[in-house]
Amino acid sequence: MLAESLALSAVLFTIGAVGVLTRRNAIIIFMCVELMLNAVNLSFVALSKVYGMAGQVFVVFVMTVAAAEAAVGLAIIIAIFRHKQTVNLENINLLKG
Amino acid sequence: MLLQEATAGAHPLSGSIAEWVWLIPLLPFIGFLINGWLAMTAASHVGPKDPSAAGHGAGHAHDHGHADSGGGHGDDHHPVARHKYAALVSIIGPTVLVLSFGLTVAIFMAMLGVDREAPFIRTLFSWIPAGELEIDAALQVDPLSMVMTLVVTGVGTLIHLFSVGYMRDDPGYPRYFAYLNLFVSFMLVLVLGASYPVMFVGWEGVGLCSYLLIGFWFSDKANADAGKKAFIVNRIGDFGFLIAMFLMFGNLGALDFVGLAAAAPGLGFNSALVTTICLFLFLGCAGKSAQIPLYVWLPDAMAGPTPVSALIHAATMVTAGVYLIARSAFLFSLAPAAQLTVAFIGALTALFAATIGLKQWDIKRVLAYSTVSQLGYMFVGVGVGAYTAGVFHLVTHAFFKALLFLGSGSVIFAMHRAYHATHNHDDAQDMRNMGGLRRYMPVTFVLMWIATLAIAGIPLFAGFFSKDEILTSVFARAHESTLAQISWLGIPGTTLLYAIYAMGLAAALLTAIYMTRMMLYTFHGPNRSGEREQSHLAEAPWIMTGPLVVLGVLSAFGGWLNLPPVLPLGPVQLLEHWLEPVVGPATAAVTGGAAHLEHNTEYMLIGVAVVIAIVGMAVAFARLKPQRLVPKAQAPDEQGFERVLREKYFVDELYDRTIVRPTVWASRNVLSTGVDQGIIDKLLVTWVGAGIPRLFGWFGSRLQSGQVGTYAWVLLIGVIAVLGAFTFR
Repeated sequence: MLAESLALSAVLFTIGAVGVLTRRNAIIIFMCVELMLNAVNLSFVALSKVYGMAGQVFVVFVMTVAAAEAAVGLAIIIAIFRHKQTVNLENINLLKG
Repeated sequence: MLLQEATAGAHPLSGSIAEWVWLIPLLPFIGFLINGWLAMTAASHVGPKDPSAAGHGAGHAHDHGHADSGGGHGDDHHPVARHKYAALVSIIGPTVLVLSFGLTVAIFMAMLGVDREAPFIRTLFSWIPAGELEIDAALQVDPLSMVMTLVVTGVGTLIHLFSVGYMRDDPGYPRYFAYLNLFVSFMLVLVLGASYPVMFVGWEGVGLCSYLLIGFWFSDKANADAGKKAFIVNRIGDFGFLIAMFLMFGNLGALDFVGLAAAAPGLGFNSALVTTICLFLFLGCAGKSAQIPLYVWLPDAMAGPTPVSALIHAATMVTAGVYLIARSAFLFSLAPAAQLTVAFIGALTALFAATIGLKQWDIKRVLAYSTVSQLGYMFVGVGVGAYTAGVFHLVTHAFFKALLFLGSGSVIFAMHRAYHATHNHDDAQDMRNMGGLRRYMPVTFVLMWIATLAIAGIPLFAGFFSKDEILTSVFARAHESTLAQISWLGIPGTTLLYAIYAMGLAAALLTAIYMTRMMLYTFHGPNRSGEREQSHLAEAPWIMTGPLVVLGVLSAFGGWLNLPPVLPLGPVQLLEHWLEPVVGPATAAVTGGAAHLEHNTEYMLIGVAVVIAIVGMAVAFARLKPQRLVPKAQAPDEQGFERVLREKYFVDELYDRTIVRPTVWASRNVLSTGVDQGIIDKLLVTWVGAGIPRLFGWFGSRLQSGQVGTYAWVLLIGVIAVLGAFTFR
């Protein structure tokens, strides 16, 4: 079971990472980030079978943080949309040097 | 800590009262804190805002009575605003000194009964633990440090008591005692420190207090300038002290006296390195102890209150250089060339300053040059390896010079009071305005004559024995010693030592002359202070004459501390035996264990010294006529060589032209406009400092695309790089 779980986790993580790197829509990138977090959660849970309960405790923490992050992140995206009328990141480059 | 306790455990003084040695410097420091606090809390409420409204000299506070003393002209005691804490300060200031002195005496008593071969080290805490450099805050109790501590606390106590009378009406009274207590505290750290860095803390501390006290009446610019001059000239010497410490640590790996004494022979006899270290140490001594070429600050230091001149600039601080060389005897005995330098510079200073003393009119300046001259004697003593003789002269000099300074303070006090009562603005320190004071101040008169006989070297007075021992030692070294065998700048050691002996004799002759001159002009002949002033001249109060009497007894009988073996007067060479564990080996290294001079030779040397002293005084009595002297205002200018002497050989002017002004010129035209504005501002700031960051900034800003995607890629590549680095390490 462990090997399969970790493989699934790796696949999910890679999908998430590729999504973050290639997509331009902020919402989708946001969802990909969540995907990466949950991929990590999966490996935590899987590995807790081997290393003890600490992994499961961590998962609870990660989910809590992810929930908070979702709230803040979505709020930011809404604020950006109100300001720019778009959530396409190619049009958002305020930090350009 | 364990090691230190184990070492201390072996010492006979451990567990005795000597464990409390750290209280000796701490007590005056507590006095400083209390007095300083009183000075600060009351500063805004008391006296005039300008503490020197009074001008120059002593008893300043009397002047504040001017405005409201209308009817009190005939009265010496104007209604003055004494500091509101004056009574409290008068108790605290001297009491801490008395306690320190008592503790010192107790430790001294404890030392009498035990084996004193090894010094007792009291380690308080680890001060600078930095790798190989391990410096403990440690105090050292040994015969030499005890002698110095007794002098500092003993003479210090007397001068504190004198100050109670002398300074009581000054608006800065608590500040004065705060500084004075702080000075004593640092001086005790200096003499008790068990390593050069601890000693250096005291060394710098006394320099600071010297600066503060010279400029005590700082609103007079001349006084503030004198303080600055002392501080800056001393910096040159401190530079030498520091370099010497660096060299010692770099080559010997230790800075405490015990460790250095063990390691020093590894430097090799007469090696270039040990000579360099000793010469740099001597540069420090020349600054602190006012030797050529750095003596110029001491005469100007007389701008401070007279008890300060007695304590700091005669009895204790300026002798720190002599103490430093005696303490470093283990180094100097390895460097005969440096020893001869010390002795030669000392002799030169002794003679040079004595000639200037011949033509000074300010009573304190005569004593200042006399101090420079006597310090030169001490350096001759420690220079030729006669450490006991040098320290002996240090002790007797502390007695009679403190007495002379306090006596002159008493005279100035009386003169100032008289001038103040009649609203005269003449110079209260100029001897041409004095004369005939023996009728008005009999106690001061008798006591100052005792001190004068002591310093002139009249037999049985303290200075006779100490000065004679130095001169005899020089003569003996010229006869046979390691110093006589080497050559110094091409001059054979023997020749140089005989020259030093001759210079010492000449200085002794001049000492007798200028001291007798000072006494004649001050106390003998007619009074020149003015008709009305004479009725106001009076002896100082008992709180001032009391310490003078004690110092008078010490000046008269201080010689019994170290009687020469050839004179049947009592137990001989007490100080010599007492200091033997500290300086004995170093002295033996110089004499090479040679036998003492023959008794006939010694009698002859003593005879020569006595004849010189008596001739000097006789010449002064025969040639100087106080009756012909006129007050300062009517005095004609001296001509020719007399003018050169009165103007101190124009050394200050020479230094001004050759060092100060070129330095100022170079600072302004080369360093300021050239280096600072040209190179630093233009090249370094505008080009290098502003241009290069701008270039990098432009390059860096190109990397900032503002695209989150790019940043994410960079992040991913970075993570992979780091993970790869860890994986394939």
